[in-house]
Amino acid sequence: MLYNEPSPLETRVLTRRFGLPNSAHIDTYLAHGGYRSFEKCLEMTQEQIIEEVKASNLRGRGGAGFPTGLKWSFVPRQSPKPKYIVVNADESEPGTCKDRVLMENDPHLLIEGVLIAAQAVGAKRGYIYIRGEYRYLIDIMDRAIEEAYSRNYLGKNILGRGIEFDLYTHTGAGAYECGEESALLESLEGKRGQPRIRPPFPAVAGLYQCPTVLNNVETFCAVPSIIEMGGKAWAELGVPKAGGTKLTCLTGHINKPGVYELRLGFPVEKMINEVGGGIRGGKKMKAFIPGGSSCPVLTGEEAWPLTMDYDSMAKAGTMLGSGGVIIMDEDTDMVKAALRIMHFYQHESCGWCIPCREGTTWLKKLLTRLDQGLGTSRDIDLVGDLAQNMLGRTFCPLGDAAALPTISIVQKFRHEFEAKIAKVQVAMPASANHPFVVVQ
Amino acid sequence: MTFSPELEKKLAKLIASYPPGKEKSALVPMLMFTQDEVGCITPELVQEVAKRLNIPPVQVDEVVSYYSMLHRKPMGKYHIQICTNISCLLWDADKLFEHACQKLGLGHKQVSADGQFSLEEVECIGACSWAPAIQVNYDFHHHVTPEKFDQIIDSLKKVQ
Amino acid sequence: MADLVTLTINGKTVQAPPGTLVIDAAKRAGIEIPAFCYYEGFSLQAACRMCLVEVEKMPKLQASCTLPVAEGMVVKTESDPVVKARKSTLEFLLTNHPLDCPVCDKGGECELQDMVFRYGAAESRFTEIKHHVDEKQWSPIVFYDAPRCILCYRCIRVCSEGMGVGALGIVNRGVYSEIAPSHGDHLECDECGACIDICPVGALTSGTYRYQTRPWEMKHVGTICTFCSNGCKTTLGVRNEKIVRGNNRDKSGINGEFLCIKGRFAFDFQDHPERLTSPLMRIDGKLQEVSWAKALEAVAKKFAEVKARNGKFGIVGSTKTTNEENFFLQKFARQGLGTNNIDHHRSGDVVTLMDALAGRTNALATVEDCYQMKAALVVGADLAQEHPLLAYQLRANFRHHNARVYTVTRGPVREDQYSVSRVRTEPGKELEGVESLRPMLSQEPELLILFGSSIKGEDVRRLVAFADSLNIPVKYICLVDYSNSRGAVDMGLLPDLGPGYQPVDNPGLTLPEMMAATDLDVLWVVGANPLARYSLAAANAFVVVQEMFLTETAQRADVVLPAASAYEKNGTVTNVTGQCQKLTAAAKTMGTKPDLEIMGLLAKEMKLNLGIWTVQSVFEQIRTQVRGYNIPLPVVATGQAAQTSPLNGRIPVISRPDLIQSASNTLFTSGSLGRYSKKLTSVLEYPGELYRP
Ligand SMILES: Cc1cc2nc3c(=O)[nH]c(=O)nc-3n(C[C@H](O)[C@H](O)[C@H](O)COP(=O)(O)O)c2cc1C
Ligand code: SF4
Ligand code: FES
Repeated sequence: MLYNEPSPLETRVLTRRFGLPNSAHIDTYLAHGGYRSFEKCLEMTQEQIIEEVKASNLRGRGGAGFPTGLKWSFVPRQSPKPKYIVVNADESEPGTCKDRVLMENDPHLLIEGVLIAAQAVGAKRGYIYIRGEYRYLIDIMDRAIEEAYSRNYLGKNILGRGIEFDLYTHTGAGAYECGEESALLESLEGKRGQPRIRPPFPAVAGLYQCPTVLNNVETFCAVPSIIEMGGKAWAELGVPKAGGTKLTCLTGHINKPGVYELRLGFPVEKMINEVGGGIRGGKKMKAFIPGGSSCPVLTGEEAWPLTMDYDSMAKAGTMLGSGGVIIMDEDTDMVKAALRIMHFYQHESCGWCIPCREGTTWLKKLLTRLDQGLGTSRDIDLVGDLAQNMLGRTFCPLGDAAALPTISIVQKFRHEFEAKIAKVQVAMPASANHPFVVVQ
Repeated sequence: MTFSPELEKKLAKLIASYPPGKEKSALVPMLMFTQDEVGCITPELVQEVAKRLNIPPVQVDEVVSYYSMLHRKPMGKYHIQICTNISCLLWDADKLFEHACQKLGLGHKQVSADGQFSLEEVECIGACSWAPAIQVNYDFHHHVTPEKFDQIIDSLKKVQ
Repeated sequence: MADLVTLTINGKTVQAPPGTLVIDAAKRAGIEIPAFCYYEGFSLQAACRMCLVEVEKMPKLQASCTLPVAEGMVVKTESDPVVKARKSTLEFLLTNHPLDCPVCDKGGECELQDMVFRYGAAESRFTEIKHHVDEKQWSPIVFYDAPRCILCYRCIRVCSEGMGVGALGIVNRGVYSEIAPSHGDHLECDECGACIDICPVGALTSGTYRYQTRPWEMKHVGTICTFCSNGCKTTLGVRNEKIVRGNNRDKSGINGEFLCIKGRFAFDFQDHPERLTSPLMRIDGKLQEVSWAKALEAVAKKFAEVKARNGKFGIVGSTKTTNEENFFLQKFARQGLGTNNIDHHRSGDVVTLMDALAGRTNALATVEDCYQMKAALVVGADLAQEHPLLAYQLRANFRHHNARVYTVTRGPVREDQYSVSRVRTEPGKELEGVESLRPMLSQEPELLILFGSSIKGEDVRRLVAFADSLNIPVKYICLVDYSNSRGAVDMGLLPDLGPGYQPVDNPGLTLPEMMAATDLDVLWVVGANPLARYSLAAANAFVVVQEMFLTETAQRADVVLPAASAYEKNGTVTNVTGQCQKLTAAAKTMGTKPDLEIMGLLAKEMKLNLGIWTVQSVFEQIRTQVRGYNIPLPVVATGQAAQTSPLNGRIPVISRPDLIQSASNTLFTSGSLGRYSKKLTSVLEYPGELYRP
């Protein structure tokens, strides 16, 4: 089921079967070119498959944007250990809801992408780690997997070619940190979702310490079309250093929020005004987050001239991230936004390392106070300072994810904090339990 | 502890989906599936799961207390989860949550006296483009206005 | 030196083998990088972020605890960004940490305090409300105060990796994370307290020490644990002649930092209310307090009288008294009283092993060998229960060197967790089990064999023959029970062997024979409790007992002489692997005397010339007269372990396997002594069970 109208400006490659009647069924998939890329791969060597993916300039769609072909090439060819494919379907980055529509509307696309990856590295078993909240997707994926088994695309002797691959779903249980690849693997092994020390990276020592290809749902879903079109053609859909299309989630104050498949390099202005139908209520855009709440926030002015790709966003001091675009209009309370974002990271910090565990907690308390207008201008400095003290010092990138938006909001919207505290007059600390007293 | 035949079947299939010797992998899904039937993670359930996976109970406790969807106390028959994270907040999810509190007479993580409803303010549920979004148990509802919220609750009440 | 990696740390050129972590390389170069979670020997966490350092060409600060050295690497450990990062991490840590240092047990010894002192707390910028949870008691031993916990996970690792117990876990998430015990609200574990000692702050505290004193008000005395044969060093914290703490945090001694519940907490027998503090004499059929002079006089008189009429003495020595005392006792018996009727509770067939290995060098293993040898075979013993240090060493050997461990035991043992092969057999059938391992064992490059009391007599010789047939280097440990069981044999507390396994001319009575002899005139028991196992046939025997408590034997005595405990005397003891170590008196119990002094006074009273009986002079006699004990004095004097080497000649006696029986102590028992530790008897796990994982 589609939750929003498609846009004529989309380039529908991954989503091209969306909206077909019974689009999740294997018959629909097969009738529209499904599993052909996999069959094509059966005639290719592992190197050829990986080369094709490298040529496509596909970069991971989970947020970090690491080149997928390169990642696959890290998997040791000659390893006595079994190899695994793991799909990151934990989709928990605020602002992101694209993997969900892919699995819901075209589950076989994901299965085919996984099969190709398995072929490329010689894996015999795979798991799709789906966040606990997406229970209905487990049912959809399980059904699709069953169909694939019954049509001999999965199992001990795939298509009679003596190839073996088993695929299973695995549910999470509510933890953002389990989207981080090493924490995901821990969780998949039945443990707390706490990240691992890296290196070694999953490609070398992943699930059960065996070589593992771990990618985002959308990354795997892109692979069949890369094989189908050829890496080069796929690369040309995008920009020089990043190929293809990207599922973009337009969220926030926009007229037509929704998930749209756009070429990488799509202009922000066109995306907001034409795909998204403009800012809600004809208001001005105050702030813009390109790829989920972990990215530094841009002001409207900064964002308008940019294009939606990794380099352009990096140049502007932010990240393309997961494609969760968050648009905030001129009426948005940025202090509240900063607080809500910190509330999230504080809730999701796994607690492993000190700067993240204590930093997010302190910041949440501090921002709560500032949101109530209780505080001094020194407290605003403190927010920025604490966030800086987390940045780059935590065990995993979650700490950075909490620090980056906070630093940018304080930097770019400091006047909003000032305005809030100016409204409420406070006396200096009275006691530890009530650090500030409101003077009427 | 025994579970329904369907659940037993599901658990057997679950455990079989991991390589031999790696049965501990089934822990999180097993807790999720059994919680759905038992209602919450009781101490007996912890013992049972530990026994079935042949791990010390403290390892089950470690996991139960880590994941936010695993509960030690039963939630309502209808567990209403309202996302107030940033994309939903921009569509007034905070006001929706307040409205829900009023409507249900419940606060965050509270359960109604009759055990029918419980309310929870949750983090992003992956419905950001169709905000504000809520989940009733595992079912999504998108673009939820206070009016729509009332309709959802009223129709659930009628089902009872 | 070609395969060393060269790097620069703080401008200093440092070389280290590849794979060395920067934090270790720096330490070896004398540069300390602070860390809470990094702990040598345990798995890496990189969680505390205190060890961040600046590395040239790397954009971010790097955790030096997980960063291997690389050629040409340039590291700065105290640069401005590093110091600023440390300071801010400490600031974060202190936000939820209660600043209750004045009443915290760790105050003065706290790593967090030290770190804040070093890097400066600066101003308090945290003005929010701290997260608080109440303190919990998990067992009589372990208390946990979550707010003080900095989540370095040391306790979890020492418990699971070090002890092989895994009784601690971590629950909740984020700032609410805390350490949790094995069973919901309480602990069921070894109660070893390793978690408490390894805790850098005051989050884990012990039921024994908490709120007793401040660390700087104690004197700290390093001595040897008196409970089992492993011979761990324990540093006793003593305040006003009362022992309040035991640990080995300075990692000195053969045990490093390891101690079990007995070594760490069971010192409390020392001030047990039932401790004897005055000599007792049977007057009108009842034991009554008398003066030392009166008691000694009575004993000396009786001894002299029986000796004069050539009566029958029976002398039972101890497995817990010092070598000096044991040596002096047998000298007293043989030279002073003219009898070879002397024995002790034998718990392992050391004698046959020494004979079977006679003339070899390098055949007796040390505690260190348990950590170093490539393969080990445990026969007929529940090592983790009976020989906790040896088990700890083997476990560490497996963890660090992948040692291959084999077990042949009656039931499941903790070593099964990592052993490559395990055989279950009836006691007495162990050798068949060992034989079944031949194909695997013969592939090993070397082997350590540890065997318990069920391997005795001819079986010991068979075991040695089996090992010889493997054609690989083999070392042995004959597992005996108590802190000086080995010293008792070495010093000749045997009717047929004098010191250093020298056969005596006319062997005397064995322990059961003395007990059964209806014509026994005197039974003299020094620090043993034979009446717990035997009954005394001679109704009229005059019984003299040197003891700390009114044991079954002491209750039957005519004279009881209150003895000082091992923690109250100087001397040496020899552990299960033949390593001789020094006891240093830590405390004193008024009214008691060390056994050596008691015996010396008796000799004096009897006007016997047995030589000077100071600890030093007796030790000198041992060094010169006891085979294998010509050990370097400075080693012992400085508190190290000196390896004895008694393997130098055949021993032409029959070892009487029928008399060898282990007391099968668990982690929570130690013959008669353990009963007098309230700590041991108060834990849920007391008295413990053998052969249970
Ligand atoms: C805190 C955190 C949360 C993450 N959450 C997700 C997620 O929900 N889904 C996802 O695909 N990747 C997530 N990632 C990124 C993964 O760690 C990993 O980079 C990605 O799954 C790799 O796949 P890709 O190369 O296909 O992007 C997260 C990373 C961090 C640090
Ligand atoms: S940054 Fe540290 S506490 Fe935060 S989620 Fe990562 S490991 Fe856990
Ligand atoms: S010691 Fe390196 S992070 Fe703790």
